[in-house]
Amino acid sequence: LLRCTRGVPATLSRLYHGDRVATLGSQPDAQSSLYQENYERMETIIKELKDRAEKIKLGGGEKARKLHTSRGKLLPRERIDRLLDPGSPFLEFSQFAAYQLYGKEEVPAGGIITGIGRVSGVECVIVANDATVKGGTYYPVTVKKHLRAQEIAQQNHLPCIYLVDSGGANLPRQADVFPDRDHFGRIFFNQARLSSEGIAQIAVVMGSCTAGGAYVPAMADESIIVRKQGTIFLGGPPLVKAATGEEVSAEDLGGADLHCRQSGVTDHYALDDSHALHLARKAVRNLNYQKKLDVTVEPPEAPLFPADELYGIVGDNLKRNFDIREVIARIVDGSKFDEFKAFYGDTLVTGFARIFGYPGTHFIELCCQRNIPLLFLQNITGFMVGREYEAGGIAKDGAKMVTAVACANVPKLTVIVGGSYGAGNYGMCGRAYSPRFLYMWPNARISVMGGEQAATVLATITKDQKAREGKEFTPEQEAAMKEPIVRRFEEEGSPYFSSARLWDDGIIDPADTRLVLGLSLSAALNAPTQRTRFGIFRM
Amino acid sequence: GLVRYASVGRGRIEKVLIANRGEIACRVMRTAKKMGVRSVAVYSEADRHAMHVAMADEAYHIGPAASQQSYLSMEKVMDVAKKSGAQAIHPGYGFLSENTEFAELCKQEGIIFIGPPSSAIRDMGIKSTSKHIMSAAGVPIVEGYHGEDQSDERLQAESARIGYPVMIKAVRGGGGKGMRIAHSEADFHEQLESARREARKSFNDDVMLVEKFVENPRHVEVQVFGDQHGNVVYLFERDCSVQRRHQKIIEEAPGPGISPEVRRKLGEAAVQAAKAVNYVGAGTVEFIMDAQHNFYFMEMNTRLQVEHPVSEMITGTDLVEWQLRVAAGEELPLSQGEIELSGHAFEARIYAEDPNNDFMPGAGPLLHLSTPQGDECTRIETGVRQGDEVSAHYDPMIAKLVVWGEDRSAALKKLRYCLRQYNIVGLNTNIDFLLSLSGHPEFEAGNVHTSFIPLHHAQLFPPAQDPPRELLCQAALGLLLRERDNTRAYRAQSNDQYSPFASSNGRRVNVLYTRNLALQLGEKKVDVAVTYCPDGTYSMEMGGEVFQVSGELEEEEGTSYLRCSVNGVLSRPKLVMLDNTVHLFSMEGSAEVGVPVPKFLAGVGSSGAQGGAVAPMTGTIEKVLVKAGDKVQVGDALMVMNAMKMEHTIRAPKAGVIKKVFFKEGSQANRHAALVELEEEETNEE
Repeated sequence: LLRCTRGVPATLSRLYHGDRVATLGSQPDAQSSLYQENYERMETIIKELKDRAEKIKLGGGEKARKLHTSRGKLLPRERIDRLLDPGSPFLEFSQFAAYQLYGKEEVPAGGIITGIGRVSGVECVIVANDATVKGGTYYPVTVKKHLRAQEIAQQNHLPCIYLVDSGGANLPRQADVFPDRDHFGRIFFNQARLSSEGIAQIAVVMGSCTAGGAYVPAMADESIIVRKQGTIFLGGPPLVKAATGEEVSAEDLGGADLHCRQSGVTDHYALDDSHALHLARKAVRNLNYQKKLDVTVEPPEAPLFPADELYGIVGDNLKRNFDIREVIARIVDGSKFDEFKAFYGDTLVTGFARIFGYPGTHFIELCCQRNIPLLFLQNITGFMVGREYEAGGIAKDGAKMVTAVACANVPKLTVIVGGSYGAGNYGMCGRAYSPRFLYMWPNARISVMGGEQAATVLATITKDQKAREGKEFTPEQEAAMKEPIVRRFEEEGSPYFSSARLWDDGIIDPADTRLVLGLSLSAALNAPTQRTRFGIFRM
Repeated sequence: GLVRYASVGRGRIEKVLIANRGEIACRVMRTAKKMGVRSVAVYSEADRHAMHVAMADEAYHIGPAASQQSYLSMEKVMDVAKKSGAQAIHPGYGFLSENTEFAELCKQEGIIFIGPPSSAIRDMGIKSTSKHIMSAAGVPIVEGYHGEDQSDERLQAESARIGYPVMIKAVRGGGGKGMRIAHSEADFHEQLESARREARKSFNDDVMLVEKFVENPRHVEVQVFGDQHGNVVYLFERDCSVQRRHQKIIEEAPGPGISPEVRRKLGEAAVQAAKAVNYVGAGTVEFIMDAQHNFYFMEMNTRLQVEHPVSEMITGTDLVEWQLRVAAGEELPLSQGEIELSGHAFEARIYAEDPNNDFMPGAGPLLHLSTPQGDECTRIETGVRQGDEVSAHYDPMIAKLVVWGEDRSAALKKLRYCLRQYNIVGLNTNIDFLLSLSGHPEFEAGNVHTSFIPLHHAQLFPPAQDPPRELLCQAALGLLLRERDNTRAYRAQSNDQYSPFASSNGRRVNVLYTRNLALQLGEKKVDVAVTYCPDGTYSMEMGGEVFQVSGELEEEEGTSYLRCSVNGVLSRPKLVMLDNTVHLFSMEGSAEVGVPVPKFLAGVGSSGAQGGAVAPMTGTIEKVLVKAGDKVQVGDALMVMNAMKMEHTIRAPKAGVIKKVFFKEGSQANRHAALVELEEEETNEE
């Protein structure tokens, strides 16, 4: 007979206690004026972020869009939407590429939309030209964005789908897009290399693919073309006429019928955009691809605290301190964080946690050993300066961290949540350390040092120089000198300035951080594990 | 007791064979079970998996689908009766129920035929004979000529005597066949010839009778019951006036507006009629009634009728039980004085038919079937379940919905409430029509007569209206939630089941995802711009109007409900989603919303409406008028089909060349089967 016993089975109680102790974070004082001010200011910059993004979402001007759709073509974002599994999320990269970069010329999203989404259950990198933006031609940043997407595909082992609708290189800027190592030609180089690594390359020709562009479908593993819409040729009708005098229509020169029936450049014949995307979905299905995880996963749990509290906790004033643990508490599963070395080096927080069930952590060597992806949340003024620190070997210690970060082969993800200055950017896995993904919050700043510091450094040098020359340097002069420097640093440190140049993979709403990281981790885990071998640590 | 049984030559019934199918077979079995009588079913090939087979204690296969070779085969039925050891055969209605020979065969074989003596069937089966008998028994009959002289001259002279308009009717006729109205001397001949032609074709007999035609009469019938001891009672009248194609669709008891005095007279006349033919068992005496409530004997139906439940409901009886008891030689359970009329009952017949297409009978699968909850006051008499097929071989009736209320308006309210809960997907039904009929003010007022439908046609068939936008939002939500469920199901079986990519939240970075969902409303396409809000709700824009929509799918006893909120208004319609259609059912009405199939999936060049060169219903190909290679124009006849006893000409939906003919003459085509492959002429379309 059963007897009631006190207590619970050992395994259960262990789970029970284990679940309870490790949570992080606290209820903020939402009534405090600081919290409210932070919240309002963050809200303002997020509204600005979203308004700008919504505008970019439209692509080219209304006229260009109308012309595009009047031809029975779908807009590039509609194409992506229909390519993806219905209603599935899309992790778009670098919406602000080319933002205010080309003077008066607006090139929304750099004229190319890139991102990761699920197609037939497979996470794929999608690269879609936006023909409503300057005919889909490649500006320097367009090339950079295309190459970055291929890099993401390569690092994370993700099949690529190119939705091609581009006039090729932007001719007035050919010198900046054509010849160099990381210019146009690199796209095809990458296609060949990616394909050789078993990363599928699928091209859907939905518009023109002229000259170099012709190689996108030609080099793809599988290609689809839309009849009476897609064309592929090395030289278009005007060039042919100029070269040989032959007069030929675009369709006859390189249309779907020619390429599907005669040349064999394309494999699948589509009736329209929707059909082409349907065929692309089928092509992905036929990849026989299966994502294999070699990490443990657990059922995800929402954090204990609402994400929007980040607004009130962080704010936009980088001079104000906040506890990064409160940020972690609003990103990781169940706000559970197993802190590592909690009492050692209190300016850096490390520990283990999960995001959407995936593991993620902060302590480099350990994580490489355990194959645990690394997440860096950057809010760093830089490494300490001063005689005491230099003597203490801060350069050596910094180098150790840089070595560890550089060599770590586990997926690295970086989010700049505040300042990212100087060597701090390096030690915390800045762009140069090839994190798989790097995102910025709209309140973040990135520069070699703060604007004030830079202005002061420059002013001090000038003052010393003037002093040597016996000249006067009035406080007014100093202020006048510092002002434009501060302003310039402010401008160049802005996440929009960074994103426009693809120093990051996008600006995100702090409240979306958890989702964006979850999606990024999911994508990153497509790549097989790579062992890490560290370089020499200077002890 | 024993002595009495012996004296009437009948005995105990422990096992009954039901020589029928569908709802009536199930109905009889229910009572048999209640009484502890074992039931034996017979079934044709088409009914192998039918409900009546599943309900029976034992079941026997008796032949192919065609009823001539199965349910109408006396030998086969008798054979099963003997094999199974059934003491009695219940014929239901239709089939062998009014077949004199079969009643006699039963007698010869020593098996109880649950029905009247064969003589009564014979007497009542021939209209002129029945009228003679009734006239002699003092039952009021309609002025007419039922003579043997069938010469045109005589018939015309009699018509002149009776006075126009007259009805010319085949003596052996029924169901409106072989029946014509002559409004004057001028069109008499034409109508006579037409009636004879039809009668010859239908009954192989063109003997005609002529009767006074009562304009807009009511059809009132009295349920009678007799036993083998000479007792006959009536169970009051039913009004079955509202008919289409001369067939009843809605019946009620008692007749509206009929005074107790008239009721008593009707009942007594009916009892007189039954006694005149020594009637035993359940029978119905039909009268036509004019506006002054004068009534005239029409005919007697010597069987348990389709609409018997309304009489049961107002008298609290089980007439099948009575049938079994009377057949076993017992006396009627109640005397006339003990039969009390209580409340009011309606029966609505739910048919597979298309009211908008002259009530053309249909057939097809019951892809979804849900009914109101049955209870003391609500009966759902049916012989089909979800997933069953309404076969083109038999009567297309799906069910009878029977309700009872304290009075007529209460019963009518209940009827309409239940009709809304009777939801069928897969074939056309008359449910919406029944709702519009039962909601007509004249019907509510009880002003019913046999011309009700033609007279109120315009109001009964209002022009189709677009469903409200809120309903389209619900349909769109249903589609989105189904997508979400599919995603969840997919995710559950993937290696990486927690990936946030495996979600259908439509999340985008910094922007909101807006998606155009195209819905098909008949011929019209409606675009719904759906924006996925981060909180899991949707905002839907349609023609400039924006709706905030959210909800969940709920599963309850195999039926899906959509618990949803549209601009804060909560509702919970029933939701049925098939491949490309969403069906919504609620107390507000029903709607069918299509999801347009992309051109590339639908095949090249198929334009517009679905009704191409496809079989409108399951049937037999009578004639093939084209062959491969033929050029046809829009509207050219391609084939002639015979289905539900009617001919259908299938015409070319577009001009083109016949590539292939899929059926040959005499073969069976299923509903919606493509009949030919038609290639559009190569035109320079862009």
